[in-house]
This record gives sequence, structure tokens and C-alpha cells, in this order.
Amino acid sequence: MTINLILFYVFSAILVLSALGVVGAKNSVHAVLLLVLCFFTTSALWLLIQAEFLAIVLVLVYVGAVMVLFLFVVMMLDIKIEPLREGFIRYLPVGVLVAAVMLAEMLLLIGVHNLQVAAPADPAGASNTAWLGMALFTQFLLPFEVAALILTVAVVAAVMLTLRKRSGARYQNPSQQVAVKASERIRIVKMPSIAKMPIAPKTEAAP
Amino acid sequence: MITLAHFIVLGAVLFCIAVAGVFINRKNLIVLLMAIELMLLAVNINFVAFSRYLGDAAGQVFVFFILTVAAAESAIGLAILVTLFRNRATINVGEIDELKG
Repeated sequence: MTINLILFYVFSAILVLSALGVVGAKNSVHAVLLLVLCFFTTSALWLLIQAEFLAIVLVLVYVGAVMVLFLFVVMMLDIKIEPLREGFIRYLPVGVLVAAVMLAEMLLLIGVHNLQVAAPADPAGASNTAWLGMALFTQFLLPFEVAALILTVAVVAAVMLTLRKRSGARYQNPSQQVAVKASERIRIVKMPSIAKMPIAPKTEAAP
Repeated sequence: MITLAHFIVLGAVLFCIAVAGVFINRKNLIVLLMAIELMLLAVNINFVAFSRYLGDAAGQVFVFFILTVAAAESAIGLAILVTLFRNRATINVGEIDELKG
């Protein structure tokens, strides 16, 4: 039993226990924090099999952005937990039954195929990031661009969904601002170049 | 030595926990979203393990895209949740029945 295998079992135990905590926690904030632990432990597991880039991305993107967003929303909403947990006990047997049957089926399938593939050598001797980057920017360039487009659409959609007009607030109209012409902003007044008033008297100097 | 089967069993266990979570927390929209995140995580573990053990980069690239789409999904899901809570003052799935589906 190598140190790798021991670490794998330790991390897996933490992962499974915190996943159980996520679905069973009474407090939503606790559930989000346990989900953070889940993602962090998964990242450690991916480091064990040398998928370094995705491990770091998981911590940065998921723990750093998505889970913080979850935490914001959970803490912002004023939710009463009790009515949301009714039926928890009632549906517990059904949920556990379905999950157990699914798990048994999956384990049977895994046992049938007997997936005993040993770890291969490092691909092409390159680092994981370089390996992934080569695939991403050659073979998968178009999906990569589409993913960027999806993220843009998601940002616009999220902002549009949560935007609300407040009555009484004053807004700028950007299209009017852009379409403004010089003639609307400045008024040229003709002034005679020679003043008809007499030159100011010298009394100004000695008040 | 960690084998491929270790990771696949772990993914299966995680996925089943998430499915059970969907069943037993069917009133709380936030926990439902979190259960979906757990399912995606289980799938990602499988993808990374297969990619690593079969020496194919496509699996890890796919995980990259899953992460992208899942981030977009949770952002929009939470935006809908906030809008829903603002309009209905509840996130109880049992009370959200305006569409009469």
C-alpha cells in the first residue's frame, strides 16, 4: 500500500462524507461550505493523478467564483428553513433506495469490465498544462471559442435577469448621449466685435 | 497503486449521493442546485480519470468545457433564484406552481 493509495482513501473519505453533509445539512450556509470542501478535496485527488491544470482551475473557478456566488445568494436571501425541510424524512427512504440501486448497478458494471488499467507514463514528456494547451488550441479551438461566447451570453443573461428599474431614480440614456450632435450642445451667439460702451473710467483703480 | 476502478467507483458513489440529495431535498431550490453541482463533479472525476489512464487529452478538455458551462449554468440559475425570491418571497419548489405544469 503506497502513500498514494493511502492519500487516495483519505481524500475519498473526506469527499464522500462532505458530499453526504451537503445533501443532509440543515443550514444552507453549512451545505455551501461543505460543497467548498468537496471541490477542494476533488482538486487534491486530481493532483494525485497529475491533472494539475484542472485541479488549479477547479479551486480558482469553482471555489473562488461559483461557490462564493452561491454563498452570496444563500446569505442574501432571508430563507426560513423549516418549510423547506418538510418531506425530508418522508422522501429519505425513496432517495436512499434509488441511490443504493443505482450505485449497485454501476458497481456491477465496473466489476464486469474489470477496469484495471495501470497509469501510463507522462504523455509525451510534457507538463499537463502544455499537453492540455496543445489539444485545446489546435484540435478544440472552435469549441473553445464557443465556450467563451457561452460565458458572455451567461453574463448578459444574469445581469438582465436581476436588473430592475427603480422608480424615482435618474438614469442616463446612453443612446441619446452617443447620438448627440455638436449643434445641440453649443449655441454660437453673434457678438459685435466693437463694443459700443465707452471705455471704463479710471476710477476703477482707486476705489 | 491507484487504479482507474478506484476513481470510477468514487465517481459512482458521489453521483448516487447527489441523486439521493435531489430526492430528499426536493423543496429547497438552493440545495437542488448544489446537488446538480455534485453530479457534475462526479462526472468530471470520471472524465479526468479516463483521460489520465487512457492517455487522451480530449477527456480533460471536455472537463474544461463542463466547468465553463456549469459556471454559466449556476450563474443563470442563481439569477433566476434571486428574481424568483424577489417576486414570490419563497424558494420552496412546492409553492412555485404558476405555470401549472
